[in-house]
Amino acid sequence: MQDLALWALDTAVQRGASYAEVRVLDERHRSLSTKNGKVGHVSDADSLGIGIRVLVSGAWGFAATDVLTRPGIERAAAHAVAIARASATVKTADVVLVPEPAAQIRWSSPCEIDPFSVSIDQQIAELLAVDRELRAVQGVTLAEADMEFRRMHQLFINSEGARIEQIRTTAGAGYVATSFHEDEIQKRSYPNSFGGQHQLAGYELVRDLRLVEHARRVAEEAVALHSAAQCPQFTGTLILDSSQLGLQIHESIGHPIELDRVLGMEANFAGMSFLTLDKLNNLRYGSPLVNVVADARLEHGPGLGTFAFDDEGVAAQRTDIIRNGEFVGYISGRDTAAMIGQNRSNGCMRAESWNRVPMIRMTNISILPGERPLSPEELIAGTDSGVYMETNRSWSIDDKRYNFQFGCEVGWEIKNGRKVRMLKNPSYSGITTEFWNSLDAICSREYWTLWGTPNCGKGQPQQTMGTGHGASPARFRNIKIGTAYQKS
Amino acid sequence: MQAETRTTPRLNLTPELARQLFDQVCRHVPAGAGVEIMLNEGISELTRFANNAITQNVAEQQTSLSIRTVLDRRMARSSTNRLDAESIRAAVERALSLTRLQEPDPEALPLPGPQRYPAVQRSFASTAAVTPEERAAVVGDMVRVANQAKLTSAGTYSTSQSASALLNSAGLEAFYEDTSAEFSVTMLAGNSSGWAKGNHPDVHQIDPVGATRRAAEKARASADPMELLPGAYTVILEPAAALDLLGFLFWDFSALSVLDQRSCLTGRTGEKLFGDNITVHDDAYHPLQTGAPFDGEGIPRQRVALIDSGRAANLVYARTTAERWNQENAGANARATGHGFPLPNEYGEAPMNIVIAGGETSLEEMIATTGRGILVTRLWYIREVDPFPKILTGMTRDGTFLVEDGKIGRGLRNFRFNQSAIELLNNVVALSAPVRASGEESFDMVVPAMKVNNFNFTEVTRF
Repeated sequence: MQDLALWALDTAVQRGASYAEVRVLDERHRSLSTKNGKVGHVSDADSLGIGIRVLVSGAWGFAATDVLTRPGIERAAAHAVAIARASATVKTADVVLVPEPAAQIRWSSPCEIDPFSVSIDQQIAELLAVDRELRAVQGVTLAEADMEFRRMHQLFINSEGARIEQIRTTAGAGYVATSFHEDEIQKRSYPNSFGGQHQLAGYELVRDLRLVEHARRVAEEAVALHSAAQCPQFTGTLILDSSQLGLQIHESIGHPIELDRVLGMEANFAGMSFLTLDKLNNLRYGSPLVNVVADARLEHGPGLGTFAFDDEGVAAQRTDIIRNGEFVGYISGRDTAAMIGQNRSNGCMRAESWNRVPMIRMTNISILPGERPLSPEELIAGTDSGVYMETNRSWSIDDKRYNFQFGCEVGWEIKNGRKVRMLKNPSYSGITTEFWNSLDAICSREYWTLWGTPNCGKGQPQQTMGTGHGASPARFRNIKIGTAYQKS
Repeated sequence: MQAETRTTPRLNLTPELARQLFDQVCRHVPAGAGVEIMLNEGISELTRFANNAITQNVAEQQTSLSIRTVLDRRMARSSTNRLDAESIRAAVERALSLTRLQEPDPEALPLPGPQRYPAVQRSFASTAAVTPEERAAVVGDMVRVANQAKLTSAGTYSTSQSASALLNSAGLEAFYEDTSAEFSVTMLAGNSSGWAKGNHPDVHQIDPVGATRRAAEKARASADPMELLPGAYTVILEPAAALDLLGFLFWDFSALSVLDQRSCLTGRTGEKLFGDNITVHDDAYHPLQTGAPFDGEGIPRQRVALIDSGRAANLVYARTTAERWNQENAGANARATGHGFPLPNEYGEAPMNIVIAGGETSLEEMIATTGRGILVTRLWYIREVDPFPKILTGMTRDGTFLVEDGKIGRGLRNFRFNQSAIELLNNVVALSAPVRASGEESFDMVVPAMKVNNFNFTEVTRF
């Protein structure tokens, strides 16, 4: 890896790059699924390539190749320089990078059980055991289960002397029971929808999820939804489980704090942000109970946004985003930090793979748990009336991140401190700051989970990234509930 | 401009190279086993701009080899981008090893034999030859439009070339090459914006600067947007808005999704679900369409009438799905339509070359005949709320206008909608001639603008 990287770096500098960085990434990916008692797919893929990013005449260029001969790499590096020169013909200011110490480090993420050392036989057997449990419930018409594992071994070097070798292993698993009946399709997932739970971990994640143990209940709930009452349309109290709150954070905090959005660099596709620069330290984002951090350090937990260094060589950090309800921080890279006068990037530049340029991505954007002991049961017991919603089913938010609408797989009507009946098709909507200001209770540390969102899309060409979101169940007042089914 | 521009790579994959690699793979496959390879090589370059300057400028070249081995009705796949002899051997071994771990699948079919494909010409040297300097020059022209109009521009201008080959041990050989040139531009004013996007295999057939002027005009015309109460409105959906919304519907025309009972057509195939004026084909050979003439197994794509005058007429079938459909539906005679995904997979197939038949009403006539309605340029963040009634939610974006007394009026703050796609296709009152259009939420289509009654807006956002 080192030779490949040095060939690229030397060529870029010789061709005139004032700054150059090179990532060589060797990635392995295993994916398995089952569907209605059969193997859906089994695949194993590897990919090795090099990405070269350079600054020439104050403008960026990037080229990536998997032609890993010396001529192939030198041609790619020269191409990156030529591209940067072309960029410099349409610029308004030179790119400036805030300083970052040149690290020399080798780091591996914790991985108790190497998922690639576990036999495919065992992994399929686990999925089929889940499948049997799901289909044992009459009314389940489709049972799907999956697992996914990645190992990313990356060498990063730059022209400032950094040399960072990281090995990150991620794991994910989950399942969904779908039930079709008359004119309705309902589903329930475990432990989360759209692929389950994903973390920076080995096969121990799958072990700890105890997939089979929950399957019967999940399947029964999917079928029971057909006979549940439709979630009513009203304005009232909403309690979210931690996985749905994680996605709420992702969409209505994680994206709007991205500094490239704020600065208009994503205006054409992902959109911009209502968090214009005048709002930093000058906006009540949420109630005083809302404390949100961006934390890529291992101390925060094994999230999909956990690493030692980001993909431009900046060390993992914890940044306060919302402190006691006040908006206090963006997430940045070395160039965007310089644009707003900050003296250091907070280390959020990440690339999907070797063939994509690093860009600002969420790390682990988490709401901190409540300091006062509070369980979900106590939260419900302290609620006169409202709806408790679990597990995301749909999500949508405008391109400045004001107006959102979420649907969940299941709701539970709360009356006098008790869950009294199941509700189907629950949904809620709102305006971001009004929503977070309505939070009046959040459960404590024991009920906090660091969820993984493996499918966050952003950028052109689009990149998919895994992000982490820690949350515990929380309560919100005066929320519009049931809007997805509102008819004019 | 400079000799240095020839750093731009060129495609290496040819049918001859594909056969050589296939022979190399076959040397490691035991007698009696079947094997299929898919080779893909792509070179793509994209120049991105914002705030009237280039902010990102990237190029990538990659090749992948994907190997499917088949043993006694068992199969698995492994992929690699390392094409040296040892890596190829290791990839074959991995595929075989995974295959041997499977239980035999009684539904698995033998590999298909040689096929014949209609010729399509979708590769243009003009597009492959575009240099970074030429892309920057076009972006410079787009930015100049913004500067002259005192607006802020953001967008992309990209070119790509790709080649793919599919060969199997039953003698099937398929090869395809294409190119694409694409732009997307957003023009931002103080409190409004406009947008345009287009693409074509031939770079000479797109007009990024002209589209930038149209986006600028939308940004100017929608300045100081007013808030209109949500409700049921007559809307005029420009082609990009129509395709982004309706793209969510066509996945349900997969026969396997009907068999799996996750399609909104479950129990409703053959029924008249949509308006009389709605006819939709999947047609990879339409002159405005792009893409390979074969599917993930190498089966030739067929033209399929999905919706015929409002009737959910036909589904698309992978080979295996067609067999299963016939077993589960007595008297059925389904045949593979060439829409299958690479095997093994759990989703079967999907139509990806949608052509929606148009009408004779121009966009201007739709506006002129509207007493009160809303013109929608583009939709954003569309997601499925409820799969059977096919309720979709999302937002309008980058150019939403009030139409009053037959004229485009004030810009409007953006709406959230919750709208059934099935109901929408029962409320279409006018269609324009179809065009090739591109959005951001669904795949490109050949699609008309649509005038739709009773479109359900449920909320308004702050801008």
